[in-house]
Amino acid sequence: MVKEYIEEMKNIALTKYLVLCVYCLMVIFSSHAFASNINVNMAFLTEKMPVPPALSNLDPILRDEGIQGAILGVKDNNTTGQFTGHHYDLKHIEVPVGDDVVVAFEKLLNDGYQYIIADVQASTLKKLSLLARANKALLFNVSSGSDELRNASCDANTFHMIPSDAMRADALAQLMLKKRWKNWFLVKGKDAKDHNFTQAIKRSAKRFGIKLVEEKTWNFDHDARRTAQAEIPVFTQGANYDVLVVADVKGLFGEYLTMNTWLPRPIIGTQGLVPRAWHRTHERWGAVQMQNRFYKQVGRWMNDVDYSSWLAVRVVGEAVTRAKSINSGEVKNFMLSDKFSLAGFKGVKLTFRDWNHQLRQPVLLATPRSIVSVLPHKEFLHPRTYLDTLGYDKPESNCELLKK
Amino acid sequence: MVFVTISFADTLYITLEKDNALAVVDGESGKLIKTVPLGQRPRGLAFSKDQALLYVAASDDDTIQILDVASLNIVGELPSGEDPELFRIHPNGQWLYVSNEDDNIVTVIDLQSKEAITEIAVGVEPEGIAVSHDGKWVVNTSETTNMVHWIDPADQTVKENTLVDPRPRAAEFSVDGQLLFVTSEIAGSLSRIDVLTKQVLSKLHFKIAGVDKELIQPVGVLAHPNNKTLFVALGPANRVAVVDIKTMAVTKYLLVGQRVWNLAFSPDLKRLYTTNGVSNDISIIDVESLKVTKSVRVGRYPWGIAVKAE
Repeated sequence: MVKEYIEEMKNIALTKYLVLCVYCLMVIFSSHAFASNINVNMAFLTEKMPVPPALSNLDPILRDEGIQGAILGVKDNNTTGQFTGHHYDLKHIEVPVGDDVVVAFEKLLNDGYQYIIADVQASTLKKLSLLARANKALLFNVSSGSDELRNASCDANTFHMIPSDAMRADALAQLMLKKRWKNWFLVKGKDAKDHNFTQAIKRSAKRFGIKLVEEKTWNFDHDARRTAQAEIPVFTQGANYDVLVVADVKGLFGEYLTMNTWLPRPIIGTQGLVPRAWHRTHERWGAVQMQNRFYKQVGRWMNDVDYSSWLAVRVVGEAVTRAKSINSGEVKNFMLSDKFSLAGFKGVKLTFRDWNHQLRQPVLLATPRSIVSVLPHKEFLHPRTYLDTLGYDKPESNCELLKK
Repeated sequence: MVFVTISFADTLYITLEKDNALAVVDGESGKLIKTVPLGQRPRGLAFSKDQALLYVAASDDDTIQILDVASLNIVGELPSGEDPELFRIHPNGQWLYVSNEDDNIVTVIDLQSKEAITEIAVGVEPEGIAVSHDGKWVVNTSETTNMVHWIDPADQTVKENTLVDPRPRAAEFSVDGQLLFVTSEIAGSLSRIDVLTKQVLSKLHFKIAGVDKELIQPVGVLAHPNNKTLFVALGPANRVAVVDIKTMAVTKYLLVGQRVWNLAFSPDLKRLYTTNGVSNDISIIDVESLKVTKSVRVGRYPWGIAVKAE
């Protein structure tokens, strides 16, 4: 059974806001006749996943990832909406572990939702994409970095707000190339996501002339927190290399590599220096305001999925405002036109790649308490835009969207 | 030895975002005279009508500091609300309009009583403020809502809104008051808006050979009193565009320091000064020949600039 639920707190916050908006409208437009309010209904679909074993109790398990970014986006859209006569509503559906997401999605489509943000796993998104296209709804992927979704399994009405694995791996490789740290030791986990990230790392290494001098799989399945000092030096002994790249998406062992390797080498990948869409230490280009607004609302820092969800809502807001239409076909055409651009606190305008609907965006390379660099650097030249040096470029992509 | 010059001496007051200080520079020689400590992250600044006081927004201290220009002592502060960045003073010398980015409001402060007299709700992340020379309009740009909000100072309410390109930053009225110019940082464009109808008449998209279009991010804009020329700071493109107001065409790009933010003229209009955030200097441009003559190191992250005739 699908549990339909909107968290009460959010509901209250949203309602409060609406009241405020009506108030604003009255104050600001007391002397002005204004176009009647047009409602834009959006939905946010969360597929609950089994919680992986926690490496430590340091980071709380988030129960409101993504949706909070979307709620903030709706607030921002509605502030604009009070001047344009649009009103945005957000419905949150959470599908418990083991339940059928497709059923929940179909219900949203039946209820007339045309703009649906999905925090679901890659295999689910593939199914939803077909339904979205058939129903002329726009689907926004805010959490899966799967390169398959941007290539063979791309779809006409699916838009990827979060950077792909390939974009993130390319960002790492570009910085390593700049630093001339071109010999990598790869340590990977056994999870399917680890495999995908490993594939992306290998593709980037090849693309930027980086050598994988050694590749090892972390096969230990015990909790390494007491034994890391003894095991990791032995595990990493052997080849000489410049940096150790780790592919441990769930964070089962990667954190223990730092300062425990046989040779004194930096760690990059899923731990150490990490490629991120958003990071709490990001403060340039007005990002501080975004960080503050989110923190004020939620009481924790924004993460990649929150940021991507905010972007998804803002994409719809921006396209509806400028295309002056709430028709999903017209909104989609506008999103893919050269008139569309979105400000996302990354110093450049964000636009969509027409060949696979990936949002073009810089990738932040962060350590736990600082941003080391924002990639790509403009020295990585590209005939279209230097942003397209990250991820699958038009000629490389086997997405058939432009031909479909 | 005595020199007689026809140009007026001027003093530049420059906020240093990272040094939490004010740099005082002699405009003609470009010499850094002194540096005065300020509050946290100082940005926008402006003189009182009689130029006896200097107001400086200390963004991270959530206040506007008041400096006595003669002594450069801090003599008071204004209740600016949170995170003040840019502000302008109404020609009546009494009202100061400041945007509060985190709260989506513009605060109006009475300079005599030093009290906030009203708050005006605007779009998300209000940024630039401009006041028309006749004092009839105050405009505010909102960076995430992407609008220009037209505030009528008579009753301090928003009367109209104009949608512009993404991330509008600074606004500037033409000298004759008929046009409003607004820079859009992310779109890399300049909008020319008719003040009467509040409609965008035309847009200029900046293009510089050899500079990636993503790096062209217009911020500060300054109108020359001749009502013919406009100067636009292009941020990380490290250039100032010279724009013909009538044709909305760029006549020249001037290479200045890195991350150019804001602009100001010398009182005799012979020199144009730019603050360059990343290269930590100011560029001095000869307005007649349109040549960059000098760059002066002033401190870390120079941001705002105000000029006073001596």
